[in-house]
Amino acid sequence: MNQPKKSRYLNPYIGGVLLGLVLLAANFISGRGLGASGAIKSVVVATTQTVAPKYAARTKYFQEYHEEHSGPPLKNWLVFQMLGVIVGGFASGAFAGRLKFKVEHSPEITSRRRLVFALLGGIFFGVGSQLGRGCTSGSALSGIAVISFGGIITMMAIFGGAYALAWFFRKNWI
Amino acid sequence: MGPLAVNDIISPNTNFFLAFVIGIGFGFVLEQSGFSSSRKLAGLFYGYDMVVLKVFFTGGVTAMLGLLFFSLFGWVDLNLVYVNPTFLTSAIVGGLIMGAGFIMGGFCPGTSFCGAAIGKLDAMIFILGLFIGVYFFAFGYPMFETLYKSAPMSSPKISTMLNLSDGVFAFILVVVALGMFYLAEWVEKKFPREEY
Repeated sequence: MNQPKKSRYLNPYIGGVLLGLVLLAANFISGRGLGASGAIKSVVVATTQTVAPKYAARTKYFQEYHEEHSGPPLKNWLVFQMLGVIVGGFASGAFAGRLKFKVEHSPEITSRRRLVFALLGGIFFGVGSQLGRGCTSGSALSGIAVISFGGIITMMAIFGGAYALAWFFRKNWI
Repeated sequence: MGPLAVNDIISPNTNFFLAFVIGIGFGFVLEQSGFSSSRKLAGLFYGYDMVVLKVFFTGGVTAMLGLLFFSLFGWVDLNLVYVNPTFLTSAIVGGLIMGAGFIMGGFCPGTSFCGAAIGKLDAMIFILGLFIGVYFFAFGYPMFETLYKSAPMSSPKISTMLNLSDGVFAFILVVVALGMFYLAEWVEKKFPREEY
């Protein structure tokens, strides 16, 4: 583009500094980073315990969750933080006039194809975030802030994996 | 002084309330930066929109420098800040699976909630997928457990592993980030595309 077009979004470097300040606040106030997949894990544990308490009590995944976390699974830092994310994202979209129900996809593909791949992508990301002990937020971004070896390794694997597969899925995006 | 919650300067309930406030800031900044759009996020992998790289690394570096300065001023005890434990094999395999999820789904967990919050149906379906994935992992845990727990390394800092001080490593990372920003601007000019 020869003519600079005004973006509808915030300047990415300003957005980045603001994101960094939010992450710094989380570390300063609560002694931990941001996260997303951890909140999903909490909901998974809570629902399983409610629907099938006996199964949860004798199954290792849920036993280990309670060895690592105290209190009821939904009374969890990340659950409150993710509720905030929904409110903050909604508020930002409302201010910017972006609230609209739609399926966003490349004109080259159908909505249906987009939704199938969104579902598949979510499943993969869900499994991967458990193995990675956190996702792009909890493991990678928060890992950079505290110079964590594992966080930076996970980050390189996430972006490296996506780049390695980008060619195969190019029709979905470009 | 900090972290406030760990040092009992604020109560657990205040901490939960502030988690909610921090989340509002997190969601607001992500959405304002365009992270509610999967096509904008996926631009990173095709070079037409490098916003993810710019926001992500600016954010990480800002928080890292902030923490180092806070520690220097005695405002925060870095030993009390949580660092995720590293299990090397699991971190790499999990990261690669997440990478596959990213290129197929166009979101990561945090951004999908932002997209869903402004009405993106693809983001809502992605979240449904996340839940299926985590349930699958939970119910199939015996299958994953060996991998999940292999190569434990406690919570090492990358600076320690490279035998560098935190400050020197931070400086190197800042230089690397600046180099990547320069590259990102160049790539965007090379593959111009209308903004989504």
